[in-house]
Amino acid sequence: MKELSLHILDIIQNSIAAKASLITINIVEDLTTDVFSIEVIDNGQGMDKELAERIKDPFITGRKTRKVGLGVPLLYIACTRCQGNLEIQSDKGKGTKVIAWFKHSHIDRAPLGNMIDTIIAIVIGNPEIDIIYNHRINENEFNFDTREIKHILGEVPINEPQVISWIKGFLEEGLNSLNGGARI
Amino acid sequence: MKSIKDLEEIRKRTYDTINLRKDQPGTRVVVGMATCGIAAGARPVLLAIMDEIKKNELADVVVAQTGCIGMCRLEPIVEVYKPGEEKVTYVKMNASKAIRVVNEHVMKGKIVQEYTVGAEEN
Ligand SMILES: Nc1ncnc2c1ncn2[C@@H]1O[C@H](COP(=O)(O)OP(=O)(O)OP(=O)(O)O)[C@@H](O)[C@H]1O
Ligand SMILES: [Mg+2]
Repeated sequence: MKELSLHILDIIQNSIAAKASLITINIVEDLTTDVFSIEVIDNGQGMDKELAERIKDPFITGRKTRKVGLGVPLLYIACTRCQGNLEIQSDKGKGTKVIAWFKHSHIDRAPLGNMIDTIIAIVIGNPEIDIIYNHRINENEFNFDTREIKHILGEVPINEPQVISWIKGFLEEGLNSLNGGARI
Repeated sequence: MKSIKDLEEIRKRTYDTINLRKDQPGTRVVVGMATCGIAAGARPVLLAIMDEIKKNELADVVVAQTGCIGMCRLEPIVEVYKPGEEKVTYVKMNASKAIRVVNEHVMKGKIVQEYTVGAEEN
């Protein structure tokens, strides 16, 4: 994938398929340690330890329409190519945590790309799922939580076009200031 | 600054229209979002559909997403479900094709034949 934000969108699809109701995305860009890390944590149905170990290998998948799962292996390859790695922790019935990390300055590391589009796409298609998105760059942090938005909206659905526009603006402002005012 | 107050305003403004809509069956536009779909460009397709719905103030259309439709080679795939009509599957979509599908099929009921899976297979 051309952007890490597309990998994130894809890894979140696994959480959605696992019937998660809450998905947390943690991104940390630490220039002192030169690490770019991504966590996707869900409270979905999880998988057993053995499967969690095996899915990095592209010839295993749990689903029936096609024989190989692509999402996890693609991210795994992207990580290892950049002196990073991928770890999957899962508890059957409780949830899954996918941790992917890269050497921040590695020449082959894809740019993060458009996280706003990734978050918006998830919210539009899955209004019933709650999303927490925390993004830290060195010591600055941005936090987003759909539960707070839904609390204010009451009966108005979060995927209402006008609400989506508001969320987009909110994310734009938050991420711009996180990037030191530079446009992203 | 995007404030919570703005969000409160949106809630007040949209509350009535939402109650009106509850009992009407609307059109569902579904975008395939498996790995193959995302890699082929499903994200801009989904966002373009949403923008077009907002632009035209289409109150009775919902955008949804699904996993693998099983035709990776034809991604991005968009399915349109209109009440009382058969599902139409559009393949190899991009943002501008998706906008055309919203304008012609969703809004005017005119299927864009050339983008359908049937046209692709022939
Ligand atoms: N968050 C998760 N919760 C539960 N099971 C998961 C999760 N992530 C992955 N899995 C399991 O691992 C399998 C492989 O995932 P992967 O993303 O590589 O492929 P896929 O989702 O099956 O297909 P593709 O990503 O190519 O559309 C899944 O089919 C599922 O069984
Ligand atoms: Mg997947």
